[in-house]
Amino acid sequence: MLEVSGLSVSYSGIRALKDVSLTVGKGEIFALIGPNGAGKSTLLNTLSGMVQAQTGHARFDGVELIGRPAHRIARAGLIQVPEGRQVIAPLTVRENLELGRIAAGTRSGDRNALDRVHDLFPVLAERRTQLAGSLSGGQQQMLAIGRALMGAPRILLLDEPSLGLAPVIVREVFDALLRLNASGLTILLVEQNAKLALETAHHAAILEMGRVVMRGTAADLAHDPLVVDHYLGRTEETA
Amino acid sequence: MLAQQLLNGVVVGSVYGLFALGFTLLFGVNHIMNMAHGAVFMWGAFAGLFAVTMFDLPFAAALVIGAVAGGLLSVVLDWVAFRPLRKRNAPEFSAIVSSIGANLILLSLAQQMTATRVMRFPFDTFPIRFYEILGVRVQLLQLVIMAVVILTVVGLVWYLQRTNAGRQIRAVAYSEGTSRLLGINPFSINFQVFFLSGALAGVAGVLIGLVFNSVHFMMGEPLLLRAFVVIILGGLGSIPGALIAGLLIGIVQVLTVSYLSAGMADVVVFSLLFLVLLARPTGLFGSASGGAARVARQ
Ligand SMILES: Nc1ncnc2c1ncn2[C@@H]1O[C@H](COP(=O)(O)OP(=O)(O)OP(=O)(O)O)[C@@H](O)[C@H]1O
Ligand SMILES: [Mg+2]
Repeated sequence: MLEVSGLSVSYSGIRALKDVSLTVGKGEIFALIGPNGAGKSTLLNTLSGMVQAQTGHARFDGVELIGRPAHRIARAGLIQVPEGRQVIAPLTVRENLELGRIAAGTRSGDRNALDRVHDLFPVLAERRTQLAGSLSGGQQQMLAIGRALMGAPRILLLDEPSLGLAPVIVREVFDALLRLNASGLTILLVEQNAKLALETAHHAAILEMGRVVMRGTAADLAHDPLVVDHYLGRTEETA
Repeated sequence: MLAQQLLNGVVVGSVYGLFALGFTLLFGVNHIMNMAHGAVFMWGAFAGLFAVTMFDLPFAAALVIGAVAGGLLSVVLDWVAFRPLRKRNAPEFSAIVSSIGANLILLSLAQQMTATRVMRFPFDTFPIRFYEILGVRVQLLQLVIMAVVILTVVGLVWYLQRTNAGRQIRAVAYSEGTSRLLGINPFSINFQVFFLSGALAGVAGVLIGLVFNSVHFMMGEPLLLRAFVVIILGGLGSIPGALIAGLLIGIVQVLTVSYLSAGMADVVVFSLLFLVLLARPTGLFGSASGGAARVARQ
Protein backbone atom coordinates (compact mmCIF):
# COMPACT_ATOMS: atom_id res chain seq x y z
CA MET A 1 0.00 0.00 0.00
CA LEU A 2 2.74 2.44 1.04
CA GLU A 3 6.31 1.76 -0.03
CA VAL A 4 9.08 4.02 1.14
CA SER A 5 12.51 3.42 -0.33
CA GLY A 6 15.86 5.13 0.09
CA LEU A 7 14.33 8.29 1.52
CA SER A 8 16.78 10.98 2.64
CA VAL A 9 15.84 14.38 3.99
CA SER A 10 17.96 17.22 5.32
CA TYR A 11 17.11 20.54 6.85
CA SER A 12 19.53 23.15 5.50
CA GLY A 13 22.37 20.65 5.30
CA ILE A 14 21.62 18.67 8.45
CA ARG A 15 20.48 15.12 7.73
CA ALA A 16 17.23 14.19 9.47
CA LEU A 17 16.48 10.99 7.50
CA LYS A 18 19.08 8.70 5.96
CA ASP A 19 18.10 6.09 3.40
CA VAL A 20 14.84 5.13 5.07
CA SER A 21 12.92 2.19 3.60
CA LEU A 22 9.77 0.56 4.88
CA THR A 23 6.55 -0.97 3.63
CA VAL A 24 3.11 -0.58 5.13
CA GLY A 25 0.70 -3.29 4.03
CA LYS A 26 -2.95 -2.74 3.28
CA GLY A 27 -5.19 -3.08 6.34
CA GLU A 28 -2.42 -3.18 8.93
CA ILE A 29 -1.25 -0.95 11.75
CA PHE A 30 2.42 -0.14 11.28
CA ALA A 31 4.18 1.46 14.24
CA LEU A 32 7.25 3.65 13.98
CA ILE A 33 9.01 4.15 17.29
CA GLY A 34 12.14 6.01 18.29
CA PRO A 35 13.53 8.61 20.66
CA ASN A 36 13.14 12.39 20.44
CA GLY A 37 14.69 13.85 17.34
CA ALA A 38 14.94 10.48 15.58
CA GLY A 39 13.12 11.88 12.54
CA LYS A 40 9.68 10.34 13.02
CA SER A 41 7.76 13.53 12.39
CA THR A 42 10.08 14.34 9.52
CA LEU A 43 9.16 11.05 7.87
CA LEU A 44 5.42 11.65 8.23
CA ASN A 45 5.77 15.22 6.99
CA THR A 46 7.77 14.07 3.98
CA LEU A 47 5.07 11.56 3.12
CA SER A 48 2.46 14.31 3.54
CA GLY A 49 4.35 16.65 1.22
CA MET A 50 5.13 19.21 3.92
CA VAL A 51 8.88 18.55 3.78
CA GLN A 52 10.82 17.94 0.58
CA ALA A 53 12.99 14.84 0.24
CA GLN A 54 16.46 15.01 -1.33
CA THR A 55 16.43 11.45 -2.62
CA GLY A 56 14.23 8.40 -2.50
CA HIS A 57 10.70 7.40 -3.27
CA ALA A 58 7.41 7.01 -1.50
CA ARG A 59 4.76 5.19 -3.50
CA PHE A 60 1.18 5.12 -2.38
CA ASP A 61 -0.64 2.36 -4.29
CA GLY A 62 2.01 2.76 -6.95
CA VAL A 63 1.67 6.55 -7.21
CA GLU A 64 4.77 8.64 -6.38
CA LEU A 65 4.16 11.04 -3.50
CA ILE A 66 7.52 12.82 -3.51
CA GLY A 67 7.24 16.18 -5.25
CA ARG A 68 3.47 16.36 -4.97
CA PRO A 69 1.96 19.31 -3.08
CA ALA A 70 0.59 18.52 0.39
CA HIS A 71 -3.05 19.28 -0.36
CA ARG A 72 -3.06 16.88 -3.30
CA ILE A 73 -1.56 14.10 -1.18
CA ALA A 74 -4.30 14.60 1.41
CA ARG A 75 -6.91 14.52 -1.34
CA ALA A 76 -5.40 11.28 -2.64
CA GLY A 77 -6.30 9.72 0.72
CA LEU A 78 -3.07 9.87 2.71
CA ILE A 79 -4.14 11.96 5.69
CA GLN A 80 -1.99 12.92 8.65
CA VAL A 81 -3.06 13.74 12.20
CA PRO A 82 -0.12 15.95 13.10
CA GLU A 83 1.89 16.04 16.29
CA GLY A 84 0.25 18.24 18.91
CA ARG A 85 -3.18 17.73 17.28
CA GLN A 86 -3.29 21.14 15.57
CA VAL A 87 -7.00 21.71 15.68
CA ILE A 88 -8.10 25.05 14.22
CA ALA A 89 -8.65 26.69 17.60
CA PRO A 90 -10.90 29.64 16.64
CA LEU A 91 -13.33 27.40 14.74
CA THR A 92 -16.01 25.24 16.31
CA VAL A 93 -15.78 21.47 16.63
CA ARG A 94 -18.32 21.11 13.85
CA GLU A 95 -16.44 23.52 11.57
CA ASN A 96 -13.21 21.60 12.13
CA LEU A 97 -14.96 18.39 11.11
CA GLU A 98 -16.44 20.06 8.04
CA LEU A 99 -12.93 21.19 7.05
CA GLY A 100 -11.89 17.55 7.20
CA ARG A 101 -14.35 16.75 4.42
CA ILE A 102 -12.28 18.69 1.87
CA ALA A 103 -9.71 15.90 1.58
CA ALA A 104 -12.44 13.45 0.57
CA GLY A 105 -13.16 15.62 -2.50
CA THR A 106 -14.82 13.63 -5.22
CA ARG A 107 -13.14 10.42 -4.06
CA SER A 108 -16.00 9.47 -1.80
CA GLY A 109 -19.24 11.30 -1.30
CA ASP A 110 -19.82 9.74 2.11
CA ARG A 111 -22.76 11.51 3.73
CA ASN A 112 -22.55 9.35 6.83
CA ALA A 113 -18.96 10.29 7.65
CA LEU A 114 -20.11 12.73 10.33
CA ASP A 115 -22.38 10.16 11.96
CA ARG A 116 -19.60 7.60 12.05
CA VAL A 117 -17.19 10.09 13.62
CA HIS A 118 -19.84 10.94 16.23
CA ASP A 119 -20.33 7.21 16.92
CA LEU A 120 -16.61 6.78 17.42
CA PHE A 121 -16.21 9.87 19.61
CA PRO A 122 -19.61 10.84 21.06
CA VAL A 123 -18.03 13.79 22.87
CA LEU A 124 -17.57 15.52 19.50
CA ALA A 125 -21.33 15.47 18.98
CA GLU A 126 -21.96 16.91 22.44
CA ARG A 127 -19.42 19.68 21.91
CA ARG A 128 -20.16 20.52 18.30
CA THR A 129 -20.70 24.25 18.86
CA GLN A 130 -17.75 24.67 21.21
CA LEU A 131 -14.58 26.33 19.94
CA ALA A 132 -11.94 23.69 19.23
CA GLY A 133 -9.32 25.63 21.16
CA SER A 134 -11.36 25.31 24.36
CA LEU A 135 -11.48 21.50 24.25
CA SER A 136 -9.34 19.44 26.60
CA GLY A 137 -6.22 17.80 25.19
CA GLY A 138 -7.92 14.43 24.85
CA GLN A 139 -10.95 15.93 23.16
CA GLN A 140 -8.67 17.81 20.78
CA GLN A 141 -6.92 14.58 19.88
CA MET A 142 -10.29 12.96 19.17
CA LEU A 143 -11.27 15.97 17.08
CA ALA A 144 -8.03 15.79 15.11
CA ILE A 145 -8.62 12.10 14.38
CA GLY A 146 -12.30 12.67 13.62
CA ARG A 147 -11.40 15.50 11.28
CA ALA A 148 -8.99 13.24 9.40
CA LEU A 149 -11.66 10.54 9.15
CA MET A 150 -14.05 13.05 7.53
CA GLY A 151 -11.61 13.08 4.63
CA ALA A 152 -12.20 9.37 3.94
CA PRO A 153 -8.54 8.38 4.40
CA ARG A 154 -7.16 5.32 2.67
CA ILE A 155 -4.23 5.47 5.06
CA LEU A 156 -4.14 7.40 8.32
CA LEU A 157 -0.84 8.78 9.61
CA LEU A 158 -0.78 9.57 13.32
CA ASP A 159 2.04 11.49 14.99
CA GLU A 160 2.22 10.67 18.71
CA PRO A 161 -1.50 10.55 19.47
CA SER A 162 -0.82 9.63 23.11
CA LEU A 163 1.33 12.70 23.78
CA GLY A 164 0.32 14.46 26.97
CA LEU A 165 -2.87 12.48 27.52
CA ALA A 166 -4.00 10.73 30.70
CA PRO A 167 -3.84 6.90 30.51
CA VAL A 168 -7.64 6.48 30.40
CA ILE A 169 -7.89 8.86 27.45
CA VAL A 170 -4.97 7.17 25.72
CA ARG A 171 -6.84 3.86 26.07
CA GLU A 172 -9.97 5.43 24.60
CA VAL A 173 -8.06 6.85 21.64
CA PHE A 174 -6.23 3.59 20.95
CA ASP A 175 -9.43 1.55 21.24
CA ALA A 176 -10.90 3.83 18.59
CA LEU A 177 -7.85 3.25 16.39
CA LEU A 178 -8.22 -0.52 16.81
CA ARG A 179 -11.88 -0.31 15.84
CA LEU A 180 -11.04 1.76 12.77
CA ASN A 181 -8.39 -0.75 11.79
CA ALA A 182 -10.80 -3.63 12.32
CA SER A 183 -13.11 -1.98 9.81
CA GLY A 184 -10.28 -1.97 7.27
CA LEU A 185 -8.37 1.28 7.73
CA THR A 186 -4.59 1.17 7.22
CA ILE A 187 -2.69 3.08 9.91
CA LEU A 188 0.88 4.33 10.17
CA LEU A 189 1.41 5.17 13.82
CA VAL A 190 4.31 7.16 15.23
CA GLU A 191 4.76 6.72 18.97
CA GLN A 192 7.28 7.30 21.71
CA ASN A 193 5.29 4.99 23.96
CA ALA A 194 6.89 1.84 22.56
CA LYS A 195 4.97 -0.61 24.72
CA LEU A 196 1.62 0.77 23.63
CA ALA A 197 2.70 0.96 20.01
CA LEU A 198 3.99 -2.62 19.88
CA GLU A 199 0.82 -3.89 21.57
CA THR A 200 -1.31 -2.13 18.99
CA ALA A 201 0.60 -2.70 15.75
CA HIS A 202 1.13 -5.63 13.39
CA HIS A 203 4.48 -4.51 12.08
CA ALA A 204 6.91 -1.97 13.45
CA ALA A 205 10.20 -0.24 12.75
CA ILE A 206 12.59 1.56 15.03
CA LEU A 207 14.07 4.85 13.87
CA GLU A 208 17.22 6.20 15.49
CA MET A 209 19.10 9.26 14.29
CA GLY A 210 17.32 9.21 10.97
CA ARG A 211 17.94 5.53 10.21
CA VAL A 212 15.75 2.48 10.45
CA VAL A 213 17.76 0.33 12.85
CA MET A 214 15.29 -2.52 13.25
CA ARG A 215 12.06 -3.70 11.74
CA GLY A 216 9.78 -6.72 11.89
CA THR A 217 6.53 -7.91 13.32
CA ALA A 218 5.46 -6.06 16.44
CA ALA A 219 5.52 -9.32 18.42
CA ASP A 220 9.12 -10.08 17.38
CA LEU A 221 10.28 -6.59 18.26
CA ALA A 222 8.51 -6.71 21.60
CA HIS A 223 10.60 -9.75 22.51
CA ASP A 224 13.91 -8.54 21.12
CA PRO A 225 16.33 -8.08 24.04
CA LEU A 226 17.72 -4.84 22.63
CA VAL A 227 14.25 -3.37 22.22
CA VAL A 228 13.23 -4.51 25.68
CA ASP A 229 16.37 -2.94 27.07
CA HIS A 230 16.18 0.40 25.28
CA TYR A 231 12.49 1.01 24.80
CA LEU A 232 10.22 -1.24 26.83
CA GLY A 233 12.10 -1.17 30.11
CA ARG A 234 12.08 2.61 30.11
CA THR A 235 8.42 2.95 29.18
CA GLU A 236 7.42 0.59 31.96
CA GLU A 237 9.31 2.71 34.45
CA THR A 238 7.71 5.93 33.33
CA ALA A 239 4.24 4.50 32.77
CA MET B 1 -23.37 72.00 12.60
CA LEU B 2 -21.75 69.38 14.78
CA ALA B 3 -24.30 66.75 13.72
CA GLN B 4 -23.64 67.70 10.10
CA GLN B 5 -19.90 67.25 10.51
CA LEU B 6 -20.39 64.01 12.40
CA LEU B 7 -22.40 62.68 9.47
CA ASN B 8 -19.68 63.68 7.01
CA GLY B 9 -17.14 62.03 9.25
CA VAL B 10 -19.10 58.81 9.45
CA VAL B 11 -19.45 58.66 5.67
CA VAL B 12 -15.76 59.23 4.97
CA GLY B 13 -14.77 57.04 7.91
CA SER B 14 -16.86 54.09 6.77
CA VAL B 15 -15.04 54.17 3.44
CA TYR B 16 -11.70 54.31 5.28
CA GLY B 17 -12.92 51.27 7.18
CA LEU B 18 -13.57 49.45 3.91
CA PHE B 19 -10.11 50.29 2.65
CA ALA B 20 -8.48 49.22 5.91
CA LEU B 21 -10.52 46.02 5.91
CA GLY B 22 -8.83 44.89 2.71
CA PHE B 23 -5.44 45.70 4.16
CA THR B 24 -6.10 43.92 7.44
CA LEU B 25 -7.63 40.88 5.72
CA LEU B 26 -4.46 40.29 3.77
CA PHE B 27 -2.42 40.75 6.90
CA GLY B 28 -4.67 38.51 8.99
CA VAL B 29 -4.65 35.62 6.54
CA ASN B 30 -1.34 35.85 4.71
CA HIS B 31 0.74 37.94 7.09
CA ILE B 32 1.44 40.37 4.29
CA MET B 33 1.70 44.14 4.67
CA ASN B 34 0.73 45.22 1.19
CA MET B 35 2.29 48.64 0.79
CA ALA B 36 0.74 48.85 -2.68
CA HIS B 37 -2.80 48.70 -1.25
CA GLY B 38 -3.15 52.46 -1.79
CA ALA B 39 -2.18 52.06 -5.44
CA VAL B 40 -4.81 49.34 -5.85
CA PHE B 41 -7.34 51.75 -4.36
CA MET B 42 -6.26 54.47 -6.79
CA TRP B 43 -6.43 52.18 -9.83
CA GLY B 44 -9.84 50.96 -8.68
CA ALA B 45 -10.97 54.58 -8.62
CA PHE B 46 -9.59 55.16 -12.15
CA ALA B 47 -11.28 52.00 -13.42
CA GLY B 48 -14.60 53.25 -12.03
CA LEU B 49 -13.98 56.71 -13.47
CA PHE B 50 -13.16 55.39 -16.93
CA ALA B 51 -16.23 53.16 -16.84
CA VAL B 52 -18.26 56.34 -16.48
CA THR B 53 -16.32 58.74 -18.72
CA MET B 54 -15.39 56.40 -21.56
CA PHE B 55 -18.21 53.89 -21.61
CA ASP B 56 -20.96 56.01 -20.15
CA LEU B 57 -21.82 53.35 -17.60
CA PRO B 58 -23.96 54.10 -14.54
CA PHE B 59 -22.67 54.51 -10.99
CA ALA B 60 -23.48 50.92 -9.94
CA ALA B 61 -21.48 49.51 -12.86
CA ALA B 62 -18.58 51.82 -11.95
CA LEU B 63 -18.55 50.32 -8.46
CA VAL B 64 -18.51 46.77 -9.78
CA ILE B 65 -15.80 47.58 -12.30
CA GLY B 66 -13.75 49.34 -9.62
CA ALA B 67 -14.07 46.26 -7.41
CA VAL B 68 -13.13 43.80 -10.14
CA ALA B 69 -10.21 45.95 -11.33
CA GLY B 70 -8.91 46.32 -7.77
CA GLY B 71 -9.33 42.60 -7.16
CA LEU B 72 -7.51 41.58 -10.32
CA LEU B 73 -4.72 44.09 -9.81
CA SER B 74 -4.22 42.75 -6.31
CA VAL B 75 -4.03 39.18 -7.64
CA VAL B 76 -1.44 40.27 -10.21
CA LEU B 77 0.52 41.95 -7.40
CA ASP B 78 0.54 38.62 -5.59
CA TRP B 79 1.96 36.86 -8.63
CA VAL B 80 4.58 39.50 -9.33
CA ALA B 81 5.57 40.88 -5.94
CA PHE B 82 4.72 38.30 -3.27
CA ARG B 83 4.53 34.77 -4.62
CA PRO B 84 8.13 34.61 -5.88
CA LEU B 85 9.29 35.63 -2.39
CA ARG B 86 7.00 33.17 -0.63
CA LYS B 87 8.35 30.36 -2.77
CA ARG B 88 11.83 31.04 -1.47
CA ASN B 89 10.71 31.51 2.13
CA ALA B 90 11.94 35.09 2.12
CA PRO B 91 11.45 36.98 5.42
CA GLU B 92 8.29 39.07 5.77
CA PHE B 93 10.30 42.23 5.46
CA SER B 94 11.20 41.47 1.83
CA ALA B 95 7.51 41.40 0.99
CA ILE B 96 7.15 44.91 2.38
CA VAL B 97 10.06 46.17 0.31
CA SER B 98 8.83 44.40 -2.79
CA SER B 99 5.36 45.91 -2.45
CA ILE B 100 6.83 49.38 -1.93
CA GLY B 101 8.50 48.88 -5.31
CA ALA B 102 5.27 47.69 -6.89
CA ASN B 103 3.53 50.72 -5.41
CA LEU B 104 6.02 53.12 -7.02
CA ILE B 105 5.57 51.46 -10.39
CA LEU B 106 1.78 51.60 -10.17
CA LEU B 107 1.93 55.26 -9.10
CA SER B 108 4.20 56.33 -11.91
CA LEU B 109 2.12 54.45 -14.47
CA ALA B 110 -0.92 56.41 -13.31
CA GLN B 111 1.07 59.61 -13.28
CA GLN B 112 2.15 59.06 -16.91
CA MET B 113 -1.34 58.12 -17.99
CA THR B 114 -2.97 61.21 -16.47
CA ALA B 115 -0.07 63.62 -16.95
CA THR B 116 -0.41 64.36 -13.19
CA ARG B 117 -3.89 65.84 -13.69
CA VAL B 118 -6.73 65.55 -11.21
CA MET B 119 -9.68 63.90 -12.95
CA ARG B 120 -13.33 64.20 -12.05
CA PHE B 121 -16.52 62.25 -12.46
CA PRO B 122 -19.00 63.93 -14.83
CA PHE B 123 -21.63 65.98 -12.99
CA ASP B 124 -24.47 63.68 -13.91
CA THR B 125 -22.76 60.54 -12.57
CA PHE B 126 -24.81 60.72 -9.46
CA PRO B 127 -28.01 62.76 -8.96
CA ILE B 128 -27.43 65.55 -6.43
CA ARG B 129 -30.31 65.36 -4.04
CA PHE B 130 -30.65 66.38 -0.41
CA TYR B 131 -32.92 65.24 2.38
CA GLU B 132 -33.58 66.84 5.74
CA ILE B 133 -33.30 64.17 8.43
CA LEU B 134 -33.60 65.42 12.03
CA GLY B 135 -32.33 68.82 10.96
CA VAL B 136 -29.30 67.40 9.19
CA ARG B 137 -28.85 67.80 5.47
CA VAL B 138 -28.14 64.36 4.08
CA GLN B 139 -27.00 63.87 0.51
CA LEU B 140 -28.38 60.95 -1.43
CA LEU B 141 -24.77 60.04 -2.29
CA GLN B 142 -23.97 59.81 1.42
CA LEU B 143 -26.86 57.44 2.02
CA VAL B 144 -25.85 55.30 -0.93
CA ILE B 145 -22.23 55.17 0.23
CA MET B 146 -23.23 53.99 3.68
CA ALA B 147 -25.53 51.40 2.13
CA VAL B 148 -22.71 50.18 -0.13
CA VAL B 149 -20.30 49.95 2.81
CA ILE B 150 -22.82 48.07 4.96
CA LEU B 151 -23.73 45.66 2.16
CA THR B 152 -20.07 45.02 1.36
CA VAL B 153 -19.18 44.35 4.98
CA VAL B 154 -22.20 42.10 5.53
CA GLY B 155 -21.32 40.24 2.34
CA LEU B 156 -17.70 39.81 3.40
CA VAL B 157 -18.59 38.59 6.88
CA TRP B 158 -21.16 36.21 5.43
CA TYR B 159 -18.57 34.85 3.00
CA LEU B 160 -15.98 34.34 5.73
CA GLN B 161 -18.33 32.96 8.37
CA ARG B 162 -20.99 31.08 6.46
CA THR B 163 -19.48 29.58 3.32
CA ASN B 164 -17.18 26.64 2.78
CA ALA B 165 -14.61 28.85 1.10
CA GLY B 166 -14.73 31.30 4.01
CA ARG B 167 -14.17 28.52 6.50
CA GLN B 168 -11.09 27.49 4.54
CA ILE B 169 -9.81 31.06 4.57
CA ARG B 170 -10.22 31.20 8.35
CA ALA B 171 -8.41 27.87 8.67
CA VAL B 172 -5.48 29.15 6.60
CA ALA B 173 -5.44 32.36 8.65
CA TYR B 174 -4.95 30.24 11.75
CA SER B 175 -2.47 27.72 10.34
CA GLU B 176 -1.50 27.31 6.73
CA GLY B 177 0.42 24.11 7.44
CA THR B 178 -2.48 22.30 9.08
CA SER B 179 -4.80 23.53 6.34
CA ARG B 180 -2.60 21.96 3.68
CA LEU B 181 -2.68 18.67 5.59
CA LEU B 182 -6.47 18.85 5.38
CA GLY B 183 -6.39 19.13 1.61
CA ILE B 184 -6.93 22.90 1.38
CA ASN B 185 -5.28 24.34 -1.70
CA PRO B 186 -3.23 27.34 -0.51
CA PHE B 187 -3.09 28.84 -4.02
CA SER B 188 -6.84 29.02 -4.25
CA ILE B 189 -7.08 30.65 -0.82
CA ASN B 190 -4.38 33.15 -1.77
CA PHE B 191 -6.22 34.03 -4.93
CA GLN B 192 -9.45 34.63 -3.05
CA VAL B 193 -7.88 36.67 -0.28
CA PHE B 194 -5.89 38.89 -2.64
CA PHE B 195 -8.95 39.38 -4.81
CA LEU B 196 -11.21 40.26 -1.87
CA SER B 197 -8.59 42.60 -0.44
CA GLY B 198 -8.15 44.41 -3.77
CA ALA B 199 -11.89 44.51 -4.44
CA LEU B 200 -12.47 46.24 -1.09
CA ALA B 201 -9.80 48.80 -2.01
CA GLY B 202 -11.33 49.25 -5.47
CA VAL B 203 -14.82 49.91 -4.11
CA ALA B 204 -13.37 52.32 -1.56
CA GLY B 205 -11.49 54.07 -4.37
CA VAL B 206 -14.61 54.68 -6.46
CA LEU B 207 -16.53 55.89 -3.38
CA ILE B 208 -13.80 58.29 -2.23
CA GLY B 209 -13.38 59.49 -5.82
CA LEU B 210 -17.06 60.40 -5.85
CA VAL B 211 -17.23 61.92 -2.36
CA PHE B 212 -14.39 64.34 -3.03
CA ASN B 213 -15.03 64.29 -6.77
CA SER B 214 -11.38 63.91 -7.49
CA VAL B 215 -9.38 61.01 -8.83
CA HIS B 216 -5.63 61.38 -9.11
CA PHE B 217 -2.52 59.24 -8.97
CA MET B 218 -1.59 60.17 -5.40
CA MET B 219 -5.03 59.70 -3.85
CA GLY B 220 -4.16 56.37 -2.21
CA GLU B 221 -1.04 57.45 -0.35
CA PRO B 222 -2.57 59.38 2.57
CA LEU B 223 -5.10 56.58 2.90
CA LEU B 224 -2.44 53.93 3.21
CA LEU B 225 -0.90 55.91 6.05
CA ARG B 226 -4.28 56.25 7.75
CA ALA B 227 -4.99 52.57 7.16
CA PHE B 228 -1.98 51.83 9.33
CA VAL B 229 -3.52 53.91 12.08
CA VAL B 230 -6.87 52.21 11.56
CA ILE B 231 -5.57 48.66 11.76
CA ILE B 232 -3.23 49.37 14.65
CA LEU B 233 -6.04 51.07 16.56
CA GLY B 234 -8.45 48.32 15.64
CA GLY B 235 -6.01 45.50 16.26
CA LEU B 236 -4.19 43.75 13.41
CA GLY B 237 -6.42 41.28 11.60
CA SER B 238 -9.60 42.39 13.38
CA ILE B 239 -12.59 43.02 11.11
CA PRO B 240 -14.82 44.90 13.56
CA GLY B 241 -11.72 46.73 14.79
CA ALA B 242 -10.91 47.98 11.27
CA LEU B 243 -14.45 49.24 10.76
CA ILE B 244 -14.85 50.99 14.08
CA ALA B 245 -11.37 52.49 13.98
CA GLY B 246 -12.04 53.59 10.39
CA LEU B 247 -15.18 55.41 11.48
CA LEU B 248 -13.33 56.98 14.37
CA ILE B 249 -10.51 58.26 12.17
CA GLY B 250 -13.00 59.60 9.64
CA ILE B 251 -14.90 61.51 12.31
CA VAL B 252 -11.78 62.86 14.00
CA GLN B 253 -10.41 63.95 10.66
CA VAL B 254 -13.55 65.76 9.53
CA LEU B 255 -13.97 67.46 12.92
CA THR B 256 -10.35 68.61 12.98
CA VAL B 257 -10.61 70.00 9.47
CA SER B 258 -13.76 71.96 10.27
CA TYR B 259 -12.97 73.16 13.81
CA LEU B 260 -9.17 73.43 13.80
CA SER B 261 -7.45 73.41 10.45
CA ALA B 262 -6.88 71.03 7.57
CA GLY B 263 -3.20 70.79 8.37
CA MET B 264 -3.94 69.55 11.88
CA ALA B 265 -5.87 66.44 10.75
CA ASP B 266 -2.96 64.04 10.63
CA VAL B 267 -1.41 65.53 13.75
CA VAL B 268 -4.57 64.80 15.71
CA VAL B 269 -5.03 61.37 14.16
CA PHE B 270 -1.51 60.26 14.95
CA SER B 271 -1.58 61.74 18.45
CA LEU B 272 -4.72 59.73 19.05
CA LEU B 273 -2.95 56.60 17.86
CA PHE B 274 -0.06 57.33 20.18
CA LEU B 275 -2.33 57.81 23.19
CA VAL B 276 -4.34 54.66 22.52
CA LEU B 277 -1.19 52.60 22.13
CA LEU B 278 0.15 53.92 25.44
CA ALA B 279 -3.00 52.68 27.15
CA ARG B 280 -3.60 49.54 25.09
CA PRO B 281 -0.53 48.30 23.20
CA THR B 282 -2.57 45.77 21.20
CA GLY B 283 -5.05 48.39 19.99
CA LEU B 284 -8.68 48.91 20.93
CA PHE B 285 -9.85 45.52 19.72
CA GLY B 286 -6.63 43.60 19.41
CA SER B 287 -5.98 40.81 21.84
CA ALA B 288 -3.54 37.94 22.01
CA SER B 289 -6.27 35.39 21.29
CA GLY B 290 -8.64 37.36 19.06
CA GLY B 291 -12.41 37.46 18.75
CA ALA B 292 -14.72 35.18 16.80
CA ALA B 293 -14.74 37.28 13.64
CA ARG B 294 -11.03 37.80 13.75
CA VAL B 295 -9.01 36.50 10.85
CA ALA B 296 -5.70 36.02 12.54
CA ARG B 297 -2.75 33.82 12.42
CA GLN B 298 -1.59 31.88 15.46
N1 LIG C 1 12.02 22.58 10.46
C1 LIG C 1 13.20 22.07 10.86
N2 LIG C 1 14.33 22.74 10.62
C2 LIG C 1 15.55 22.24 11.01
N3 LIG C 1 15.69 21.08 11.65
C3 LIG C 1 14.60 20.36 11.93
C4 LIG C 1 13.29 20.82 11.56
N4 LIG C 1 12.39 19.91 11.96
C5 LIG C 1 13.08 18.94 12.55
N5 LIG C 1 14.42 19.19 12.55
C6 LIG C 1 15.48 18.34 13.08
O1 LIG C 1 15.38 17.08 12.48
C7 LIG C 1 15.56 16.05 13.42
C8 LIG C 1 14.36 15.14 13.45
O2 LIG C 1 13.25 15.84 13.96
P1 LIG C 1 11.80 15.23 14.06
O3 LIG C 1 10.88 16.29 14.51
O4 LIG C 1 11.49 14.53 12.80
O5 LIG C 1 12.00 14.16 15.24
P2 LIG C 1 10.94 13.27 15.98
O6 LIG C 1 11.43 11.88 15.87
O7 LIG C 1 9.59 13.54 15.48
O8 LIG C 1 11.09 13.78 17.49
P3 LIG C 1 9.98 13.92 18.63
O9 LIG C 1 9.76 12.55 19.19
O10 LIG C 1 10.63 14.82 19.63
O11 LIG C 1 8.76 14.51 18.01
C9 LIG C 1 15.84 16.73 14.75
O12 LIG C 1 17.23 16.77 14.95
C10 LIG C 1 15.30 18.12 14.56
O13 LIG C 1 16.03 19.05 15.31
MG1 LIG D 1 7.93 14.30 16.32
